[in-house]
Amino acid sequence: MKSYNLSHLQQLEAESIHIIREVVAECENPVMLYSVGKDSSVMVRLAQKAFAPGKIPFPLLHVDTTFKFREMIAFRDRFTKEIGAHLIVRQNDEALARIGGYDHWSCSQCADMLKTQALVAALKEGGYDAAFGGARRDEEKSRAKERIFSFRDKFMQWDPKNQRPELWSIYNTSHAPGDSFRVFPLSNWTELDVWHYIYAEKIPIPDLYLAKERQVIRRDGMLMLAGELNHPREGEQVETVVCRFRTLGCQKCTGAVESTADTLEDVIEETMLARKSEREHRAVDQDRDGSMEEKKKEGYF
Amino acid sequence: MSRNVPLLEQDENKDLLRLVTAGSVDDGKSTLIGRLLFESKGIYEDQLDAVRSASGRKGSTQEGLDLALVTDGLKAEREQGITIDVAYRYFSTPRRKFIIADTPGHEQYTRNMATGASTASLAIVLIDAKNGVLTQSRRHAFISALLGIPHVVVTVNKMDLVDYSEAVFNEIVDEFRDFSAKLDLHDMTFIPISALVGDNVVERSERMSWYQGSTLLGYLETVHIASDRNLIDLRLPVQYVSRPDSEFRGYMGTPASGVVRPGDEVVALPSGKTSRIAKVLGPDGEVPQGFPPMPLTVTLEDEIDISRGDTLAHPNNVPRVDRNIEAMMVWMAEERLVAGKQYLVKHATKLTPGVFAGVRYRLDVNTLRRQQADTLELNEIGRCALELARPIAFDTYRRNRTTGSFIVIDRANHNTVAAGMIVGREPSDQVVDEQRRTTTARSELLSGQESRIEPDERSRRLGHESATIWLTGLTGSGKTSIAYALERRLFDEGVLSQVLDGENARLSFSMDLGFSADDRAENNRRAAEVARLFNEAGLVTICAFLSPFEEERRRAREIVGSDRFFEVYLSAPLAVCRERASEGLYERAETGEIRNFPGISSPYEVPIHPELDLPSHELDIDECVDRIVALLHQRFPSPP
Repeated sequence: MKSYNLSHLQQLEAESIHIIREVVAECENPVMLYSVGKDSSVMVRLAQKAFAPGKIPFPLLHVDTTFKFREMIAFRDRFTKEIGAHLIVRQNDEALARIGGYDHWSCSQCADMLKTQALVAALKEGGYDAAFGGARRDEEKSRAKERIFSFRDKFMQWDPKNQRPELWSIYNTSHAPGDSFRVFPLSNWTELDVWHYIYAEKIPIPDLYLAKERQVIRRDGMLMLAGELNHPREGEQVETVVCRFRTLGCQKCTGAVESTADTLEDVIEETMLARKSEREHRAVDQDRDGSMEEKKKEGYF
Repeated sequence: MSRNVPLLEQDENKDLLRLVTAGSVDDGKSTLIGRLLFESKGIYEDQLDAVRSASGRKGSTQEGLDLALVTDGLKAEREQGITIDVAYRYFSTPRRKFIIADTPGHEQYTRNMATGASTASLAIVLIDAKNGVLTQSRRHAFISALLGIPHVVVTVNKMDLVDYSEAVFNEIVDEFRDFSAKLDLHDMTFIPISALVGDNVVERSERMSWYQGSTLLGYLETVHIASDRNLIDLRLPVQYVSRPDSEFRGYMGTPASGVVRPGDEVVALPSGKTSRIAKVLGPDGEVPQGFPPMPLTVTLEDEIDISRGDTLAHPNNVPRVDRNIEAMMVWMAEERLVAGKQYLVKHATKLTPGVFAGVRYRLDVNTLRRQQADTLELNEIGRCALELARPIAFDTYRRNRTTGSFIVIDRANHNTVAAGMIVGREPSDQVVDEQRRTTTARSELLSGQESRIEPDERSRRLGHESATIWLTGLTGSGKTSIAYALERRLFDEGVLSQVLDGENARLSFSMDLGFSADDRAENNRRAAEVARLFNEAGLVTICAFLSPFEEERRRAREIVGSDRFFEVYLSAPLAVCRERASEGLYERAETGEIRNFPGISSPYEVPIHPELDLPSHELDIDECVDRIVALLHQRFPSPP
């Protein structure tokens, strides 16, 4: 009776599609947050599958800090055009004008104003009552207890002590006007599952995830990409290193890892034997103990 | 292609097991999970580094790595040193991916464990070998049974602190088995371990050579879960109707159970309209068959009106459709249940207003005693009657975890306040329902016809309770002979009884029926209704019906009421039945002269949980009758 069995990836896919359909069926105005990263790519593929042969019935929203890798933006525009998705891009122009260019920003400032505030403003502007995010529970300790449907009050705040119980596959989408949900269809996926799925489904991802020779600067123990926004300070040198990115974000807070994994198969093997979890290469989580939880309370993903 | 392709392929074929862990902080639950994650290499090194530094800060008493810290999540909890919510953990072996719902064992245990248990196929119940079976172990077993978890593994932890004693282990096993005999638990496994030291978690312990079973991880990797799904009753709750263009109209949804194929005749409930499946689409396009949990889109041959919240089923196997349901409720909110107040009920894909018509009883989770109650408070469990604004298509939770479950939402604050598991109706429910109806306008028409004799007046007069003995088994298994012998015996003991058998039913109240699946089901329903009437008159009804399908027996049980319904399975094997059956019936079935003959050309579903399994090929008729009478005496110890 092998034919009645689904593999773990098919079961995860099934759960995610069920969740995405449930949101579209019950919420008035959903949106999918699209960060250009690998998790977003998987989420978009799941949304395509959920509504085939129709199109994805909601827009994709990219909150751009303007400090992303150039390749990400090029990939974003190409990919969303190819699949015929409706892409919305928002940024915090007011803060950018007030504070200035790249060098005037710190990582935590950027996360606060250019990410969190810009996101909250974009969600308000669109009047969205549900926003899909690609977060997974295995990413960070505080996420292990986050619900799949994460309720936010009208200030978009998350209260870890007041979450709705979530039983079976029945999701409570009931809410007051002005309140909204973050919905995480990939909650039960691990980093390895995401890579496997990308491999099995041949999902396009930015080349930044694969190893090649890149010009980098060693700064605060991280390998920062040189040439676009980062330039050597006094005492620093630009080196050529074979490296790749395990996670994609802003150039200021996303470091590369030394790796020779230049194919998806090699990346997966590296992940299976991984010694470092992926968020380590994002400065934002390392600020202090419990930092992600603090950020989530304020509306960050 | 590179060298790691075989590795990838192996990984793509593994399956998924969801489990829940229950136990208190002191039982070493976090340590056990930490060890599973650690040993299966699921913990990345930098997370370990963080744990090491946190261990130092908290001044953990234990030397080296504190595995429990791996699993404790939120900052607030780390400060308090307890886990207050369900946390999900992931690990993988080459055979399986595991999702652990880690639930705290202390306060809020009911709400949290019910949440974690709702999606689990397996529960790990932890018992501290030093303390033995505590009240909370009983609660965990009870909630596992209530939430219908198919497999329970009881790990007796801290064996290192009781000198790895076999006697201590056996004592705990016996006590746990004793207690859980009263529960609906069918697959229990006991493993002696030490999570701290690692005995029998992943590696076999050398210090417990008396234990021959598998290690915990070995068991988790091999326990058979594929057949936990119900692939018999097609239930496809329509989640979303897709109309991307005027050409395409698809009904999307995840089947709760059953298999659907192109060409199948389907009925939409509650409307009752029928059509045929044209196409079945899975996530990657058209498929020859759809089954749970595959997300499907089906198209139909006819344009019939179907919307979200409707359920598609096969016409010969349909769920119940009703506005009145009975359910075991787990109350999850600070605000208590208010009978008569309007709530929202979400069942599968349907949302409907509803009220609690009454609380039948509250269950003391520690003693399993029923208590009188008119409300339920946070973390309490009880049986309630609900009346919904619109009908839903449901099965009992025991039969179907998806169409048998629902949540209750507060209309004012939008919170999920309770979870419900639908149960079959009991005879006493009818009485309550009737009392309830007397307050409504509709019942004014009926009030003159209500009986003025209470059920217990009848049983006092007759000197015995009423019951229905439902004998099921293949042709030739002895149903009719046993039925009439039992009737004589009961009569001689002063018990008024009446046999209903397939033949006399067919010659009387089912004369108009043929032998199609629908007609057989209708025949069965009528028999159950008649049995119930006899019961209400105070008699013991003995029904001898082949009733080959679990579904029809379940319906009979529902109609009669599970309190007084005794399913007796005559388990004589096919070869014996064939020899015993008269008139060459089996031969005629084999040549095709008789069609749809259970056991030959149509299935006989062996009862899953009969009250009595009688090997009627090993016992003679009198012995069979003895056992049935003993069962009745056990249930109704002394006549009133």
